[in-house]
Amino acid sequence: MGTELTRAVFNGVLGGGVYALMAVGLTLIFGVLDIINIAQGVMVILGAYLSYALSVHLHIDLFAGLLVTVPAMFVIGVAIQWAFIRPLRGSDRTSMSLLASYAVAIIIEGVLYLLFGANFVTLNASYVTHSVYLLGFYLPDIEIYGFVMAVVLVAAIYALLYRTRFGKSIRATMQDRTAAMLVGIDVNRVSALTYGIGVAVTAAGGMVFGASGIPFNPNSGYDLISRLLALIILAGLGSIGGALAAAVFMLTVESVVDIWQPTWAVLVFYAALVIVLLVKPTGLFGRQAARAQ
Amino acid sequence: MTVLLRTEGVSKAFGGVQALDGATIEVAQGSITGLIGPNGSGKTTLFNVITGYERPDSGAVYFGDRAITGYSPQRVFAAGIGRTFQLTRIFGRLTVLENMLIAAQHKSPGHQVRNPLARAGGAADRRRAMELLEFTGIAGHASALAGTLSYGQRKLLELAYVLVTDPAIVLLDEPAGGVNPTLINLIGDRITDLNANGTTFLIVEHNMEFVMGLCQHIAVLDYGTVVAAGPPDIVRNDPRVLDAYLGSATDDEQDE
Amino acid sequence: MNRVVILRACLVGAALAAAAIFPIAFTNQLVLTMGFFTLLYIVAAVAWNLFSGYTGYISLGHAVFFGSGAYVTGIVARDLHLGGAAEFALLPLALAVGALIAVPFGLIALRVRRHTFVVITIAIFFIFQLMAFDLKTTGGTAGLYSPFLPWGPVVFGQRFYYIVLALAVGTVAISWLIRGSRFGLQLRAIRDDEDRAASLGVRAMPVKLTAFVISGAITGLAGAIWFFYISQILPGSGFDPIFDLTVALMAFFGGLGTVSGPLLGALIIEPVQYYLNFQINNGYLSQIVLGALFLLVILFLPRGLVPTVGEKASSWRARRESRALDAGAISAGQVVREQASGPGPIAKGTAR
Repeated sequence: MGTELTRAVFNGVLGGGVYALMAVGLTLIFGVLDIINIAQGVMVILGAYLSYALSVHLHIDLFAGLLVTVPAMFVIGVAIQWAFIRPLRGSDRTSMSLLASYAVAIIIEGVLYLLFGANFVTLNASYVTHSVYLLGFYLPDIEIYGFVMAVVLVAAIYALLYRTRFGKSIRATMQDRTAAMLVGIDVNRVSALTYGIGVAVTAAGGMVFGASGIPFNPNSGYDLISRLLALIILAGLGSIGGALAAAVFMLTVESVVDIWQPTWAVLVFYAALVIVLLVKPTGLFGRQAARAQ
Repeated sequence: MTVLLRTEGVSKAFGGVQALDGATIEVAQGSITGLIGPNGSGKTTLFNVITGYERPDSGAVYFGDRAITGYSPQRVFAAGIGRTFQLTRIFGRLTVLENMLIAAQHKSPGHQVRNPLARAGGAADRRRAMELLEFTGIAGHASALAGTLSYGQRKLLELAYVLVTDPAIVLLDEPAGGVNPTLINLIGDRITDLNANGTTFLIVEHNMEFVMGLCQHIAVLDYGTVVAAGPPDIVRNDPRVLDAYLGSATDDEQDE
Repeated sequence: MNRVVILRACLVGAALAAAAIFPIAFTNQLVLTMGFFTLLYIVAAVAWNLFSGYTGYISLGHAVFFGSGAYVTGIVARDLHLGGAAEFALLPLALAVGALIAVPFGLIALRVRRHTFVVITIAIFFIFQLMAFDLKTTGGTAGLYSPFLPWGPVVFGQRFYYIVLALAVGTVAISWLIRGSRFGLQLRAIRDDEDRAASLGVRAMPVKLTAFVISGAITGLAGAIWFFYISQILPGSGFDPIFDLTVALMAFFGGLGTVSGPLLGALIIEPVQYYLNFQINNGYLSQIVLGALFLLVILFLPRGLVPTVGEKASSWRARRESRALDAGAISAGQVVREQASGPGPIAKGTAR
């Protein structure tokens, strides 16, 4: 029992790291562009399929493949923002950008179906099947590698935000778009690049997600996005640190509940979301009240 | 003189900024009272506290004899205190007439419960709404969407719909700000007319000519405290008032 | 003025007559199916719009009502061993289920706004889909079957067509009544500035919730009829995320918050989609087409068909009027409009 619990906590923390990476991308996009990128889930799956294609057809190692897939997803993100998000104006911008990203999601999903079919696949490599023996149980190498990579990438995003001039522009835009524009920040450029960064991390997240043993198909994006949305709302929209904490916490809780109730463990996410919002509508780490429009 | 509206030592801080620091003002029944002060002196915050949009940290608000501190905006409005906003809050995608009818429902609250599918606004409400639109000079736009009005016309619309319920006092937040001179005169005339019929006004305004010409009584706010109060001529020559404006001007320079 | 009213009444009458004759004129099964689904989507889009369009709270969780209406009638029909047309006695139940789910759903979700509201509706949608997968009573991944209806194919198509036609007429009538009513005015005031509306005495929560309940009840009913028609339900088809997107697309395309917009949106998009499905015969490709269509609408027709056309018509009329003014017929009422300084070029006389 004790081992089982420790194992569940370990799994939760390791998985939480990867979810944190994906959630940070989502909350960063929200903070800067004031939109919820519904397409984030299916982009993770797209990232996973890119890794899949590289490893199956070109025999490129999963981690090495990231050198291709991360920049590729960045470009895709910038292009999507430029084509479909940037032109939106007016009082309904919020709901329209949401629907636009939803539309992007179902297009990507459709394309993935056409290219890869509906069959479930997994990513394979030596470290996917190999495990290390630690504290009385086996941990798959990929989960450890994935966690380490997630930590490194999240740290890199933090460094970008707090140590660079560009990061300063991002943070300024998150706080007040108009003011940022007034002090000479090119808000359009910041928006495009932020969207690109937020989407690029999904390539890494998708690779680890696809290699972590759960088979995926083009439809898996929905389950993923609903969890990610639950996480960032739980954390409080736009709160990056909150997204990290919420990801690790919720994944741990889910994997612990999974010991007793495998069927309903997923429900933990949504139940927690509903309860938290009943008590505190701004989320756990949300600063601003639900803004008047 | 009867005091209609009174705040007593109202304080309110946002984070480390003390927006209001024991602000005490009195508005006499039947008066047009001006509330002036440099930018950031707490005028709008005081409006927000009076009308229930902010809860004061300490102090009290009285409407007649009734303590209305911490009332919701809805209860404040129902009690008879109307209010307009600096950047006007009208319903842009409703027509001008529909804007008026939204404000009219306070008068017949029972009606909306009994028959939700009744046509919006009874004949009496519509007649009254049109009268007020005539009065403010925008009746010609009654069926236009409010979002298509010019800035000055929006101010007039907001004033008109606040008047629907015949409030005892109306708080105007910069009624002349950003409005062209012709409309400023129209707005000033309407305020005078209404005042002659018994409506009390409390006005925040930066346009000194407008304030001095209209108000019988003026209170000056600086750093959240009332530093001077009295008739326009007295206030105009009060050294503390000059100090408040000039002092803050130098502060501004230091900020930059 | 009177001419407009008469013209409008004639138009509605003609449309109703055409809709009534349609299944007699076209007894081809494929055409009847298309007619059924078009009307069903009219019901769903108009019902969605009378909450989301009027209040501005974009719900992406209406499939909850649709799926629950279908599942609950399916479960009850199975457990009571209802056979054949007796299942139609359960339609009031579907209505009640939609309404009853809308109350707690609304009480939770309507406390938050904008993005958070949308996400909550999505989250609650997934809770329901999960239940459909994992509860014993729903049949899990095997789904449920509705009782067999011993009707010939043409009679089957015609009867269902008229049932859903009646529902569509009723839904549009409700939407129209609400739009012009005090209640509808309150909903639209909430859309523009909820806090200000509340300060003027609109009791926002009960008003929003009422619209949500009406919308949910109608959607639940539509779900049950859909289930009887296609006779099988699966977790992914009853609780389908594409459903909400389709319905929202129809409302956006036609004109959010108008009465006729969602109707026209469904009337145009559903047959097009049906035709594409039939031509391409590839669900994935038609999914891509749907998404692309949506993006095009958002980018090039952001305010929807009805408001845009209405605006064009009124600016054309204004031009004609000003020409008449130039000719010397100046009347006091026709003050030349001041140019808009508002947020975006919202035109006069947006259609209702």
